[in-house]
Amino acid sequence: MSVLIFVETTEGKAKPSSLEAVGYGAKVAEMLGTSATALVLGDAQELEKLGNYGANKVLHVADSRLNTGIIQAYSNAIAQAMEKENASVLVLAKSSLADAVAARVAGRLKAGLASNVVDLPNLSNGFVVKRSIYTGKAFANTAITSEKKILAIKKNIYSVTPTSNTASVEAFTPTLNDSDFAAKITNTEKATGTISLPEANIVVSGGRGLKGPENWGIVEELAKVLGAATGCSKPVSDLHWRPHHEHVGQTGVKVSPNLYIAIGISGAIQHLAGVNSSKCIVVINSDPEAPFFQAADYGIVGDAFQVVPKIIEAAKKM
Amino acid sequence: MKILVCITHVPDTTTKIKFTPDGSKLDTTGVQFVIGPYEDYALSRAVELKEQFGATVTVLNVGTAETEPSIRKALALGCDNAIRIDAEPTDAFFVAEQIAHICKQNNYDLILMGRESIDFNGGQVHGIVGELLGIPSFSPVMKLDIEGNIAKMAREIEGGKEYLQAPLPLVLGCQEPIAEWKIPNMRGIMSAKSKPLQVIAPVNPQELTKSLSFELPPPKGACKMIPADEAEKLIELLKTEAKVL
Ligand SMILES: Cc1cc2nc3c(=O)[nH]c(=O)nc-3n(C[C@H](O)[C@H](O)[C@H](O)COP(=O)(O)OP(=O)(O)OC[C@H]3O[C@@H](n4cnc5c(N)ncnc54)[C@H](O)[C@@H]3O)c2cc1C
Repeated sequence: MSVLIFVETTEGKAKPSSLEAVGYGAKVAEMLGTSATALVLGDAQELEKLGNYGANKVLHVADSRLNTGIIQAYSNAIAQAMEKENASVLVLAKSSLADAVAARVAGRLKAGLASNVVDLPNLSNGFVVKRSIYTGKAFANTAITSEKKILAIKKNIYSVTPTSNTASVEAFTPTLNDSDFAAKITNTEKATGTISLPEANIVVSGGRGLKGPENWGIVEELAKVLGAATGCSKPVSDLHWRPHHEHVGQTGVKVSPNLYIAIGISGAIQHLAGVNSSKCIVVINSDPEAPFFQAADYGIVGDAFQVVPKIIEAAKKM
Repeated sequence: MKILVCITHVPDTTTKIKFTPDGSKLDTTGVQFVIGPYEDYALSRAVELKEQFGATVTVLNVGTAETEPSIRKALALGCDNAIRIDAEPTDAFFVAEQIAHICKQNNYDLILMGRESIDFNGGQVHGIVGELLGIPSFSPVMKLDIEGNIAKMAREIEGGKEYLQAPLPLVLGCQEPIAEWKIPNMRGIMSAKSKPLQVIAPVNPQELTKSLSFELPPPKGACKMIPADEAEKLIELLKTEAKVL
């Protein structure tokens, strides 16, 4: 028995959310009295360092065809790694790729999959996980009754302090067929040089209150000084003021950063659904009745164009 | 071309979620149930493809008789016929098995659904169906065009999009802006009443997960207000009080 953690990489490096998953998976392994193996697909560096986060061993599939996330091939490789390691639990950090892959592994292995897991499992009576449901509005305590289990964890739910431990690295060659590569990725468009919204610890978001795309300078500048990612409300992306991948909420990206700053967003229930698991929420809105204040930790009633520059100045001095 | 669209029947996005006092189930008093917003997109795209290629579109829901208004709405939007698997949709694997069972008898070219249901947010039914049928699945798909036997798609990834193509048949979890949301017109609503809706008993009633209890997040503390002319104080508070900077 063991716990397998799928580590997603960007440019050969483990994503921060995957490092959190390694720490979480190592803790689950400890609770089950077993070991934790991290799985990395495609070319990658510094694999032994996954030991810093608690992995005992790293399985590395050094196949350059896996440098891009091909869903079928990834699920096949992960399922084979589960078998090889005799793993009873698979842990992954939620992402566009990991979600799609986890679902297929669940189908292939007949494994119960719990998504949006927010805490360590409770093993006192079976295997029960707490997961966020109704888009962050509630939680379910869900028992996974199948022999193999998959946990897709939400970001920022487990804190891991890196140690100096290193992990042994083992090469692994799963059998992949041509049919696993039947889908061709023809092009990828990705914002470069900006912080990824779902991975960010701080998010600065703007709404229709900013009046137009030409006014996004203050949002971008505040994000820059805080080291934050930028987000927006749905009408803002519908109006093409900002790209769709920045749209936060019920029908967009769900975020759970340490700090979410909302500027000129009214706080409609569908927007709140995507941000309500943030640790701290700041709302800047000219309307004292804006519903967002009820979900906020700090609020400023005022004109964004006057308030935000003051905050930028203060943040620069920090 | 044959298209299957799988829909959920879920509380409207404005619902204030409440549970029964013992926390065992959703308190549905006053809750309005609708087709999940992601499936609204999937349905709209299916109807657009029908207009373009003359496809037949079947709508499917795993649910009890209570979901029929949502199924009729999908028919009003332009689906040709409907299937309801008469069962409580208890778990993703169970639902996926029902869908896969119907697909094996019908050879659909495209199986569309939402990227996730907005009640349990599992986002797994499309992937499980793909595995059970041995065909590719993609999610979240925000653009879909068909050229001959090839689907050309865009999938949303962190910070951007990935363009891909794959031969049919495929299972896709859809999201905006794959199509414009449609509203049924009067003619659609009238014709929906007479379109065929088949009710079928479930197969293999097997679950891999079971939700034991539900709870709400702890209530949020009061919001601390900072006067606009002292806005700069926010940074200090975030640093020393909230400790998030
Ligand atoms: C099925 C469904 C799904 C949806 N999903 C999402 C989703 O995922 N995400 C999402 O965001 N929305 C979603 N919505 C839309 C949602 O209901 C709201 O319409 C939307 O969030 C409003 O965006 P907004 O706050 O930017 O705009 P508005 O509601 O127009 O609010 C603008 C705010 O800016 C303030 N303001 C104006 N001028 C200034 C100024 N100078 N300084 C400071 N403040 C100012 C105003 O007081 C107001 O509160 C969904 C809706 C539906 C029906």
